[in-house]
Amino acid sequence: MSIAAEDIAGPEILKEWTGADKTAVRADPALHFEVSQFLYREARLQDTHDYDGWEALWTDDALYWVPANGADIDPERQMSMIYDNRSRIALRIRQLKTGRRHSQTPPSQLARVISNVELLESERDDIRVAANVMIFETNLRGDVVWGARAEYTLRRIEGELRMAFKKVVLVNNNKAIWTLSFLV
Amino acid sequence: MDGSPHSGRWDGLIEPGRVHGSLYYDEAIFREEVEKIWFRTWVYIGHESEIPDANDFVTKSLGPMPVLMVRDMKGEVRLLLNRCPHRGNAVCVQEKGNRARFTCPYHSWTFANDGRLIGYAFPEGYKDAPKSELGLGQVPRVESYRGFVFGCMDPEVIPLEEHLAGAKRTIDQACDNSPTGEIEVTAGFLKHRTKANWKFILENECDGYHPAFVHSSIFSVSDSQIGSIYGDDAVCVTRALGNGHTEVDVRPEFRRRDEPLSWFGTTAAKLPAYVEQMNAAYGPEKAREIMIDGMPHVMIFPNLFIAEIQIFVIQPVSANESIQNVTAIQFKGAPDMNRRLRQQTMGSVGPAGFLLADDTEMYERNQRGLEIRDPEWLFLKRGEHRERQDEDGFTIAHSTDDLPSRHIWEHYRSVMSRPGREA
Repeated sequence: MSIAAEDIAGPEILKEWTGADKTAVRADPALHFEVSQFLYREARLQDTHDYDGWEALWTDDALYWVPANGADIDPERQMSMIYDNRSRIALRIRQLKTGRRHSQTPPSQLARVISNVELLESERDDIRVAANVMIFETNLRGDVVWGARAEYTLRRIEGELRMAFKKVVLVNNNKAIWTLSFLV
Repeated sequence: MDGSPHSGRWDGLIEPGRVHGSLYYDEAIFREEVEKIWFRTWVYIGHESEIPDANDFVTKSLGPMPVLMVRDMKGEVRLLLNRCPHRGNAVCVQEKGNRARFTCPYHSWTFANDGRLIGYAFPEGYKDAPKSELGLGQVPRVESYRGFVFGCMDPEVIPLEEHLAGAKRTIDQACDNSPTGEIEVTAGFLKHRTKANWKFILENECDGYHPAFVHSSIFSVSDSQIGSIYGDDAVCVTRALGNGHTEVDVRPEFRRRDEPLSWFGTTAAKLPAYVEQMNAAYGPEKAREIMIDGMPHVMIFPNLFIAEIQIFVIQPVSANESIQNVTAIQFKGAPDMNRRLRQQTMGSVGPAGFLLADDTEMYERNQRGLEIRDPEWLFLKRGEHRERQDEDGFTIAHSTDDLPSRHIWEHYRSVMSRPGREA
């Protein structure tokens, strides 16, 4: 009796989670500090529902991606939970700001922790970074803990770091999940 | 209502125009629904395009029960029950894949993908064991209509097409929008969990009264057709299609506009390849009619919602919990159209969707509201006075009326009143 490897392979999420297929090479402590501060600031803007502040972090060619059913799906063929270009990010923010986005009225109360920040190899001048995130959410339904590995592409524009790409791989994105209408 | 000894209890919970709140939260009623609705009437399982090749399989559900939808080695679609007849272990824990056989990890019993037991470890221990009686359980009735696969645990159930009744036309309408006449379900599902009874979802799908309010946030910041479809002066209608199936028929509005692809918020000029394919497939006149009418908005009882460009599959978990599985419909061989179908779907639905996050918030608030016991009843009388018959004999009403809910509950009462196993 033999068991084929494909019979036991779990979802690809695990590989992405550990970042095992990506090399953290840039050990520049100053850059690591600056990038970490940026990620903490982004987290705070999200937790406090500072929608304008958060939207201003994005570049004009932004892509905001929360895949479903794995980490390495093809977003041009498969369904993602969020796959927003810049104009759809703006629409998402405009909807939240109406005050009639019922799933965020009242808004979720949030506290998130960003950790395991690793600078990744990048072929261009962009700064690529990965981090783990744990988010505690409480809303009218109850309490939820979300866990994810997030990946960013940052770019320095007029001296300031901005986000060109953010991908959030929820650890349980292959399962049925609760409403996710706060900014993840 | 039919005088059977079983109907009295349901008549006390379901009256014309109002239903009792316990129907949404009582766990004993939920268990009885599993027996009488989910295990005795036709339930949508999946689409043939999800298992295109021999030996493909995908995990689906029939009510709260998981099933493996497989295309066996001979090409036949089967619904296998994922329970080893030995000790009850799962013979497959993968969500999808391609394999000719399933081996239980506990004692290595092995099954062909047509369900037959083909071997077990250390066979000397089983003298004269009746292998032919130890195969995997299967859903006894499996039928498909234009690629949509349905299953039923009752071997005596009526034929699927009879069950589909007036909803058959809507599936045809959907397939006609594909230049190949075929729909595909290939983009993967978003799975959205909600703390609410499955019937709140079922009834909301053809409730045309809520969009102007629940979705006002997104409609106010984007181009919206909402007023003309679900406004007070809309020309669209709700329709009872028989056997609990309901629709919002939006064709009257789009026929009034007389513009191909207006239903999709676009124009023929923006989808030239698709329009050319449609003209070639149906001839310009018929293609124009199809592209004016657009896709249906139909809730096929109890769990398949074709929402113009998406399909939702409703999965009950318990009286207080359900899952909405949703994906973009894809038209076989129409890539320019398919990209737009996916993009619009990803924006609208799923846990983060501009629309469905808020629908789902409403389901959960409804569910919690029912714990408040006065009044005990829900009120479903909107538009009773303006119900009428269409030329085919189906009952119709205004697009914002409660006709769909009334029809669903009428069907529910007749199904639940059938004698049979009580939970």
